[in-house]
Amino acid sequence: MNIKKNIFAVFAVITMAISAAPALSAGGGGKHAELQKWSFGGVFGTYDTNQLQRGFQVFYEVCSSCHGAKLISFRNFAEAGGPEFSKDQVKALAAEYTILDAELEEGERTATPADRWPSPFETELEAREANNGAFPPDFSVLAKARNLPKKFPMNFYDMATAYQEGGADYIYNLLVSYEDEPPHGVEIGDGQSYNAFFGGGLSMMSPLMEELVEYEDTTIPLTVEQYAKDVSAFMYWMADPHLVQRKTIGLKVLIFLSILALLMYLVKRKIWAGVKH
Amino acid sequence: MAGNSNYNPTNKVEKWFDERLPLLRFSKEHLMDFPSPRNINYWWTFGAVLAIMLIVQIVTGIILAMHYTPNIAMAFDSVEHIRRDVNYGRIIQGTHAVGASMFFFAVYVHMFRGLYYGSYKAPREILWILGVVIFLLMMATAFMGYVLPWGQMSFWGATVITNLFSAIPIIGTPILEFLRGGFAVDNPTLNRFFSLHYLLPFVIAAVVALHIWALHVPGNGNPTGVEVKSSADTLPFHPYFTMKDLFVVVVFFIPFAWFVFFAPDILGHADNYIEANPFVTPAHIVPEWYLLPFYAMLRAIDFDVFFISAKLGGVIIMFGSIIILMVLPWLDGSKVRSGSFRPMFKPFYWLFVLNFLLLMYLGGQGAEGIYVILSKVATAYYFGYFLVILPILARIETPKPLPSSISQAVLDKNK
Ligand code: HEC
Ligand code: HEM
Repeated sequence: MNIKKNIFAVFAVITMAISAAPALSAGGGGKHAELQKWSFGGVFGTYDTNQLQRGFQVFYEVCSSCHGAKLISFRNFAEAGGPEFSKDQVKALAAEYTILDAELEEGERTATPADRWPSPFETELEAREANNGAFPPDFSVLAKARNLPKKFPMNFYDMATAYQEGGADYIYNLLVSYEDEPPHGVEIGDGQSYNAFFGGGLSMMSPLMEELVEYEDTTIPLTVEQYAKDVSAFMYWMADPHLVQRKTIGLKVLIFLSILALLMYLVKRKIWAGVKH
Repeated sequence: MAGNSNYNPTNKVEKWFDERLPLLRFSKEHLMDFPSPRNINYWWTFGAVLAIMLIVQIVTGIILAMHYTPNIAMAFDSVEHIRRDVNYGRIIQGTHAVGASMFFFAVYVHMFRGLYYGSYKAPREILWILGVVIFLLMMATAFMGYVLPWGQMSFWGATVITNLFSAIPIIGTPILEFLRGGFAVDNPTLNRFFSLHYLLPFVIAAVVALHIWALHVPGNGNPTGVEVKSSADTLPFHPYFTMKDLFVVVVFFIPFAWFVFFAPDILGHADNYIEANPFVTPAHIVPEWYLLPFYAMLRAIDFDVFFISAKLGGVIIMFGSIIILMVLPWLDGSKVRSGSFRPMFKPFYWLFVLNFLLLMYLGGQGAEGIYVILSKVATAYYFGYFLVILPILARIETPKPLPSSISQAVLDKNK
């Protein structure tokens, strides 16, 4: 019988199918992403406080006029593992905003650190009207809502290395990939800007340009790439604020489990010693 | 298995209790003295892993339910509230979400162990069928759990899967509306899914109790497939297998912790971080990885057969792929249980495993081009394995000689 032959044929088809899959996929359907090195990647990953503070500054001075962050409270900015602003800084920041409160006689009050970050627009309709019909998505979890998923078998590589920063890489690449003109033959909508990473037109024009934001630390270059990196890191922190705490505990848990596993193995071996099985 | 008990109440209180409710006697019989084949290998430890995983899911789930709000306006934010504001919430939520994947990984190992060693054969048919019932319940539970965070994949997954029922003639649409609690997936759907998602794990726990009861009647199978003949073949469950199981559970927790602490979202889909929106359809609607093989078989049927529409055909094939497991004990007529002694069975078995992985891969691809053709071939092999290959092998295969007993096999191995 040629059962063996058939098995090999099917096997060959399977192998072909699997290897035919492209190893990398571009997030937005456009050009490939350039992956960045993030301080919060990997097992020992932790946020760079200075970077988060700079990222916050970009968000505060540029993006927050269109994008909200409704799940973030002012007090979060002072928490450990985040940008770690001082309590007074946070209080002063909150005091810049007013909160509408129908329960009060005046109908509004000054924000406190316990308040959520106020949205720049009151309704989605208003936001769309101001933005060419598009809605600027809320930033609270946006860095988790975007990703650069890899195809089999590279997805296993990502699992083995715990690569979870696809969202930050996505945002970074989006912000640095604006081009003045769409390539020949590509149509984009009215009022849209062409973004090569996205692979089409976006209703957000390039929000960044050189020397747009003045950093306190003069050693940091004032480039689009630098701003993009800082704000992406900041957005990742917003989406995963307890990452540092989680990874610190995780390391201890892994060490504990490894030692426990070894002890379990030794006990098991002792009990089974001399028992034929 | 009654009569294995070496239980002797050590004092008056225990004796008094034992005469009224022999709980300790029962526990000692079934959790300590129970005779298990001395040669069962590490593939037999996954039942214990599964039991622990069920407990992990129930405990973390109950904590999550304390902070979760099953209302379409608040569900998404309430999950974020758990991640952000509840003490260790991100870890508890991550454990539950990753736990579902680990649970399914373990159940697949457990089931493929059964398929290889013929664990489904007499006298363990009921034990196996109860396992299939558990598997169905697990899939229903996981599916409904995935809807609860009310992200885009939650919503659209629920829409696509409930919509399948509309393929059933006449009663399909009433069933659909009953499941959803309306014409579309909406607040009533979320409410009933939450209620059922809380209920089903306890139903699973009850079926697991029956599963273990059915296990303790014939006792464990073993890698030779030769039944226990004398007490020389067995060892008491405690301390031998409690210790072995415990060791494996701890090892199993290492990759589990890896995901929970370092990549809690990597097994999920980023779109579920976007709140459900009935007006925006995601580019690709894909279920979680552990349901992909069945999703691939569902989509493989894209043609009508007589009066059966493609959609209904897909539904029949998808459910059929699990129902067929229930009759497997009567499809595989080979008297030899263990695949190790079946030279012809082995290549088909391993091809079946590869085929299942291929289906898993295909379920995650778009339904186009080569993927559609491959899905059809793989679906055909899935069914062909049970309906054609196993029945024929039972007739034509000459198995290798079996050892006369477990202890003999052990002696031979240790020579
Ligand atoms: C003038 C208003 C405006 C400003 C300022 C702005 N954005 Fe946007 N942004 C938008 C709009 C509108 C969209 C939706 C675009 C679309 O859907 O085409 C958007 C979309 C996005 C997206 C999602 C793209 C996707 O994958 O769908 C990201 C990420 C983003 N903005 C980041 C930023 C960052 C970072 C900044 C600050 C450096 C910023 N934006 C500043 C208006 C703005
Ligand atoms: C919550 C899920 C489940 C739990 C907790 C569970 C638990 C167990 C335990 C503790 C054992 C004995 C140890 C072992 O053989 O690993 C066992 C055996 C078995 N299980 Fe399961 N099980 C589950 C699901 C399933 C499923 C889905 C199937 C098959 C469809 C299945 C089929 C079997 C069979 C056939 C045996 C006997 C194996 C033998 O002794 O040779 N189980 N199960």
